[in-house]
Parts: sequence; structure tokens; C-alpha cells
Amino acid sequence: MGMTVSFLILAIMTLAGGVAAMTLRRLVHCALALAVAFAGLAALYLNLGAEFAGLAQLLVYVGAVAILIVFAILLTPARPGDEAEKVFSPAGPAGAVLALAVFAVLAGAVMTSSAARQAAGGAVPQTTMREIGFALMQRYVLPLEVVALMLTAAMIGAVILAMRERRAVPGSTVGQSPELRA
Amino acid sequence: MTPLAGCLLVSALLFSVGLAGALTRRNAILVLAGIELMLNAANLNFIAFWRFGPHPEYLTGLMFVIFSIAVAAAEAAVGLALILAIYRHARTSDVSEMTEMKG
Amino acid sequence: MRHAAWIVENLWLIPALPMMAAGISALLKKSQRGLSTALAIGSMGIALVLALMAFAEALAHPVLQIENFSWMQFADQWVKLGWVLDPLAAVMLVMVTFVGLLIFIYSLGYMAHDDNRERFFCFLSLFAGAMLGVVIANSLLLLFMCWEVVGLTSYLLIGFWFHRPAAAAAAKKAFITTRVGDLGLLIGMVWLYAQTGTLLFYNYGSGCLEQRAVAAMAAHATVAGMAVSTAIGLLIFCGAVGKSGQVPLHVWLPDAMEGPTPVSALIHAATMVAAGVYLVARVYPLMTASALEVVTWVGAITAIFAACIAVAQNDIKRILAYSTVSQLGYMMLGLGVGGVAVGMFHLITHAFFKALLFLGAGSVIHGCTEEQDIRNMGGLRRFMPVTFVAYTCGMLALCGFPLFSGFWSKDAILHAAHGWGVSRGPFYLGAIGALLTAFYMTRQMYYVFFGPQRVTDASVGAASVAAHSVPAELIEPVVAARAGEVCIIADPHESPSVMTRPLAILAVFAVLLGFVGTPAWPWFQNFLAGQPARLDWGGFSEPGLLSLMAVSSLIVFAGLGLGWWFYGRRPMVRATDPDALGRLAPKVFHALAERLYVDEIYGVTVIALARFCAGFAAWLDRWIFGGAVRLVSWIVTGVGWLDLGVDKFVVNGGFDEGCRELSRGGRLLSHLQNGRVQNYLRVIAGALVVLAVLLLWGHRG
Repeated sequence: MGMTVSFLILAIMTLAGGVAAMTLRRLVHCALALAVAFAGLAALYLNLGAEFAGLAQLLVYVGAVAILIVFAILLTPARPGDEAEKVFSPAGPAGAVLALAVFAVLAGAVMTSSAARQAAGGAVPQTTMREIGFALMQRYVLPLEVVALMLTAAMIGAVILAMRERRAVPGSTVGQSPELRA
Repeated sequence: MTPLAGCLLVSALLFSVGLAGALTRRNAILVLAGIELMLNAANLNFIAFWRFGPHPEYLTGLMFVIFSIAVAAAEAAVGLALILAIYRHARTSDVSEMTEMKG
Repeated sequence: MRHAAWIVENLWLIPALPMMAAGISALLKKSQRGLSTALAIGSMGIALVLALMAFAEALAHPVLQIENFSWMQFADQWVKLGWVLDPLAAVMLVMVTFVGLLIFIYSLGYMAHDDNRERFFCFLSLFAGAMLGVVIANSLLLLFMCWEVVGLTSYLLIGFWFHRPAAAAAAKKAFITTRVGDLGLLIGMVWLYAQTGTLLFYNYGSGCLEQRAVAAMAAHATVAGMAVSTAIGLLIFCGAVGKSGQVPLHVWLPDAMEGPTPVSALIHAATMVAAGVYLVARVYPLMTASALEVVTWVGAITAIFAACIAVAQNDIKRILAYSTVSQLGYMMLGLGVGGVAVGMFHLITHAFFKALLFLGAGSVIHGCTEEQDIRNMGGLRRFMPVTFVAYTCGMLALCGFPLFSGFWSKDAILHAAHGWGVSRGPFYLGAIGALLTAFYMTRQMYYVFFGPQRVTDASVGAASVAAHSVPAELIEPVVAARAGEVCIIADPHESPSVMTRPLAILAVFAVLLGFVGTPAWPWFQNFLAGQPARLDWGGFSEPGLLSLMAVSSLIVFAGLGLGWWFYGRRPMVRATDPDALGRLAPKVFHALAERLYVDEIYGVTVIALARFCAGFAAWLDRWIFGGAVRLVSWIVTGVGWLDLGVDKFVVNGGFDEGCRELSRGGRLLSHLQNGRVQNYLRVIAGALVVLAVLLLWGHRG
């Protein structure tokens, strides 16, 4: 019961943040609302007994991804006088309808499945860091290493992609930031 | 409504909202944000199933979520770097104006 | 069988030489045209020599000699042709070549001023060759072929001056009328072939005129109970009716006088018209008594019919033409009642004196500068003595004046007719015909040669200007003041000797030829029968013969006297004076002058029918057949249009439409690839929904 109420409040907070992130006009507001949604999700994880996941969510998503998004928004301002009015892309309503359809399908699947009906759920599983560590090092060691590799690659790639190009040929402005192109 | 169903519903709703945003917003960064939301909704799904599923001691769902978060972070970084690179070239981050892949 | 003499083997040369002359002169260039006359006369001369040789051979061996050859192969049968030399053929050969040669020589003078005389001689030679071919033919097929060429050349020669519409029309009339008769001949020929399997007359026993075939045909009965040989004989006689101008197909002969006078002499007096008589004589073994009855009656009716009309004619040549028709009737009569010898004898004598008369008439016309109406002539015996004497000989021979050739031959006919068992009718008709013959010839003589010269201003002017283009200032009106003393402009003159010499020769024959066939010395008749003849005065003592000769002489004198009574006592003074007989019986005379309206009757019946049929055929052709053709062409055009429409709208249109749909579809589908990422995402979302639905709830249904 208590879980239900808190769960409900957290769910509403998350959803509201998500909706706000998707519908607000100004991009920074969206980014902040997104952070709220992430935080709400972290709380939900904690509520469900996945402490490590919750805290990892906070650290990574709220602390890194949201900030990244804010940085990106700040680095890509819309050109002045450009279509700052339009928020939604053309054929936007089609996308909304499709999303609605997806939800309908998923909800339908959830409500009609037998598995969802049965599980009442036992007690909260007590997971210790020790167990998680063991799992990481024994059972999931390969994905761990791969993820490490992937993170390295992603980091290098992101750096290269976002790097400002020096002027390679005199007069050519390929790949240069707008500041160099005068 | 079992707690599991509730969690799943929330996750489904979140997924739909993220999808709607990814499909409708003009700005490329917000499309990426929508995709992040979708990923998070999936994460929630995993946690819910781990919590209410038959064998929570296997930590399957938890592991999945941890790795998912890592991958999502990497993907967000690379994606945003891409958007920055495109922005430098096309001077806009409007998705509907990037039609060079047309035809 | 003895080896055939050289002449029999080469008998074909006799017709071939003139034909070759005709062929060569047809191919001559303009500069060598003079050669054609030489070729014609030369070939005819050689043919005469060969004919005399044949005659000598026939004299020596008066039997049938034949020479047959295979000509063409039809499936498994050979069509054979051949020639025959028997007394009948020999006599005809000599007559045709001799008279022909004389007429050729005469034509040299007559046609001297004509620009087309080379063409004339070419046609003359062709005619002579074909006629000789008819004479010697041993096969009805060969005879028919030469018969047709004779008809063709007759057409060419009658219409020689083709730019004159009257001449062209006369030539057409001759050809078509003889064609009607030839149709019967053709049918008879085909039937004969069907009956006997051969068209050779004599073929060592298997010919169609030989005993076996004739007996078989006589035994068969066919339409109307006639024997087959009777029917075939009558059909062949149809050809003779056409060619020899018997009633009812005589209408072409008088009109044929539009041709030059030598043509009239040769073709329509001596030879071509005689071909019909010769044909009947040739197929005589085929003619049964009933067929001969028909022949006799047709001949008798023709004789009297034509003689009546001749009484009232005013054209010098037309009188002679009707006289020819009448005499041909006599020949047929003779064939019918008395047999081959009787008819042929008259044919031979007639050839000579009729040719003489025609050439004499030609001489008169030539001397009177192309005047042909006897009412415009008169008193010519003073100006043309030679012609006058020759003409008199011919006229007396024609009338049958005693001791002239015509007397003997005509008498033989009347004698045979008198003794004919079937009926005396032909005899009486023949006797009346003889009276009329003497009458109209006397009339003609008085009109032409006696009395004053008659001219009217209109007649002289017209004749002279039309024929000789005499300058108009020379034409003055003439006054015939006193009888016997008239001045005229175009003075008649005697013809040149090249024309008068043949006249003289023919006159001799006209007088003397009869003596080969007198009853005392029936050489001719016996020759034809293949027996020797002896002079036997007892021949005169045949019962009834002398009295008959006396009766016929009386008839001739009566006719001459009547002619003198009407025309000799008070000769015509002016050309416009009415005819003496015409004053007596004007209605009858007028009907006779109008040729008893035979042509008009034909015009109303046969020709009108032909015109109707032609009109009907033309209508049929234009509307029915032409309509069918037009209909087919419309259908084809319509199908073509339909095809075009289908091609343009269905095929092309369909194809174009398909392509357009394809491009439209492509254009539609290209919207999927608009380069917008969000679009792709939407599609993926949609696909996800569908997939999820299918997977989750798909197999529940």
C-alpha cells in the first residue's frame, strides 16, 4: 500500500517530466524536465529495490547525459529569425497517433497477459554489492569488458566528431566551425 | 492490478511518450532525448520484471539495466557529437531540414 | 496404199504462202512498203501454180488423198489435223487462186491512189491464205480455225476505211452476224467430236465423215426425234447460213459493200460467201435427207427474198450484193436437191461471173469518180466500152441466158429441183427467182449504161467533193435540157488496163466455163464423183431435160423483156425521176427499197434485247458486283480504322496508362524515401505496432 502510493507519486512525477520534456517549447526547459524524469526513474528503481541501478541512473543519466544534452542545446543555437516558431515537425500528428497505437498495443499486451496477473511479488530481494560484484566478474565479465571497450571507443569517437577542424587548405572551409569561417 | 502490471503500464506510457517526442519534435537533440526516454522505459521494464519475476536472485534484470545505462551513456555522447558536427555543416539542428539522404 | 505424190504432201504450201506474205508485209518498215504488193501477188501466183499441180494430180488420180499429222496432245488423246486433196478441193483451189490472182492484179489499179494499199494487200493475202486453208482442211477443227481467220480478215477488209463510221459499223455487223452462225458451227463441231471422238473428216476409215461414224450417228436419235447426224448437220449448216448470207443472217452482206470493190468481188462474190456452200458440200456425207430438206427450203426462200429486194435497190453494188445472196440461196438449193456436184457447179460459175460483175461495177464507180447511185449514172457505154462488154457478159451469165455459164449451172439446179421428191415448192421459187434476176439485172443495165447521162447539181457536187475533193468553183449546176445531150463536169472515163484486163479474162470464163458441165458432157459432175466423163449427146435426151431448158430460157427472156418494157423503152431522164416500177406499185416498191425492213426488225428485237442485256450487265457490274467490291473495301477500311483505334487507344493507351501508373506509383513510393529521419522512425513505429499485434494476438483468431 505504501509502495503503491509512493509508486504512484513517483510514476506521475516521471511521466510528467517526460511529457514536459517532449512538449515544451524552449529546449533548455525540455532538458531540465528530462533530468527530472531521469531522477524520478531513479527513485522508482530505488522503490523497487534496485539500489545500484537507481544510483547508477542518477550518476550517469542525471549527472552526465542530461548535462550533455544541455551542453549540446547551448552549442547549437537556432539561427536568428529561423523557424523558431515551429516546434513540431510536419506530419507530427501522425507520429502522435503512432505512439498512441504503440501504447495501446503494449498496454493491451500487459493487461491481457497471464504473467502480469499472477505475480504478486515476494519480498524485496536483498541484493548486496558483493553479489553484484561477483556477478560482474564471473558471469558477466565478457559484457563488462566489451562495455569498457565500447565506452573507450565512444569517447574517442565523440571527441573526434566534435573536434574543431584546423584550416587544412587555405581558403577551404570544410569541417570548420562557424567561428573560423568569417 | 498487480504491482508488476502497474510498473509495466508506467513503462509503456513512458515509452510511448518518448516515442511521440522522437517522432514529432523538430530538434534533433530532442529526438535523441526521446530515444533516451524510451531506453529508460525499457530499463524500468527490466527492473520491474526482476523485482516481480520468478528468480530475482539471478540478478538478470539488474545486470541488464546496468549495462543498458552504460551503453545509453555512450550512445548519447556519440549522438550528440554527431549532432554538433551536423550543426556545424548545415547550421541547423532541424531534423526536417536534413534531407540529404533523400531518394 | 501408194506413196503420196509430192503435191499432196506439200499441199499445205498453198495456203501457207499467202499467209507468210501477209505476215512479212505486216512487219515491213515504211520504206519497204511497196514490197507488200509484190509479195501478195507473187505468193498468189505461186499458189496458183501449185493449185494447178494439185488439179493435175486430182485429174490423174481422182480419189481422196489425205495427209494427217498430230498437232496437240490433250491428256492422253492427240488432236490431229490434216489436209485433203480430192476433186472437190482441187476445183475450189484452182478457182480461189485464179480468181484471187485476177482480183489482186485488179486491186493494183483500183487502190493505186490509196495511202494504205500496203495494209490492203497484207489483209488480202491473209484472207487468201485462210480461204485456201478452209478448202484443203481435212479436219473440222482446222477448217474452223481458218474459217474464223476468214471472218476476221473480212472484218478488217470491210472496215478498211475505218474512219468512215458506215464502214466501221458494217464491219462490226458482218462479224457479229457471222458469229451468230459460227456459234451453231462450234456447237455442232463439239457435238461431232463427242459423238465420234475425232474431227478428222477422212482418216482411213476412222474419220468422222466416213462410213462407220456416219452410220453410227444416223442410227442414234436425239432431240425431236432427229438423228444425231441430222442435228449435227443442221448445226454445221448454221455456220454456213451465217457465212453465206442465207435468210435470216443475210443482213451483213449488203452493208459489207462499204468496203473497197475488190474486197466485194473477192470476198462477197467469189470466195468467202462460197465457203459456206463449200462447208456443206464438204460435210455432205453427214447430211441426212431431213437436214437437206431444211437446207433446200432455206436456200429457196433466200433466193426469192433477196431477188425481190434487189429489184428496188439504187446502189450499184447493193444490187449485186442482193444478187449474191440470191445466188447463194440457189447454191444451197442445189446442194439440197441435187447433191454436191449441182451446188458446186453453180458456185464455180457464179464465182467467175459475179467477180466479173463486181469488178465491172468497180470500174464504173472508178470511172464516175466514186459515184455509186445508178440514178446518177447513164449512158456510160459510150465512155467505157470494154467495161460495158464485160459487164454484159457477166449479166447474161448471171441471168442464165442460154449457152452462157450461168445457164448450164442454174439449169442443173432447176432440173434437180423439179425432180425433187419432197416438194415442188423450191422449183417454183427458183423459177420466179430466175425471172426476177433477169428483171433487176436488165434494170441495172439500162440505168447504168443506156440512156442519157443523168446528173443533178446536188449529186455531182456532193459525190465529187466528198470523194475527190474537186475544187468548189468547178461545180456548176447542170441543166439537162434535151435528152442525149448533157454536159457534165466529171467526165466518165474508161479504167486503166490493169483493171480492164482482169475484166476481160473473167468475161471469157463467164461465157465458156459453163461448157464443162453441160448434160452432154458432164465433165464437172463426173470429176467430182471421181469418174471419167465422155461426150455423150444422149445426155440431152434425159426425160424432161430439154423441156425444162426451154422453160428456163423462156423465163429468162421474159425477165429481160419486162426489164426492157419498164426501163429500156423510156429511159430515165433525170435522176430524181421516180422509178418506173415504183410508179406502178409505190407501196410495194418502197417496202422493197427499204429491204423489207429486216434490219429494222432486228434492231427492235435482237439488238434491243442485246442492249437491254448489256445495260443489265452494266447495272449488275456497277451496283451488285461493284457494290460487293465496294462493300468489301469498306469493310476492310473499317477494319483498318478499327485496328487503328484499337492500336491507338487500347494498346498504346493501355501501355501509356500503365507506364503513367508506374511512374505515379513510383512517385508515391518515393515519398517514403524523403530523407527525413523522423519519417523513417514513424514507419518503424508503425511496423512495430503491426508486428506486435500480429505476434500477440495473431494466432488467437
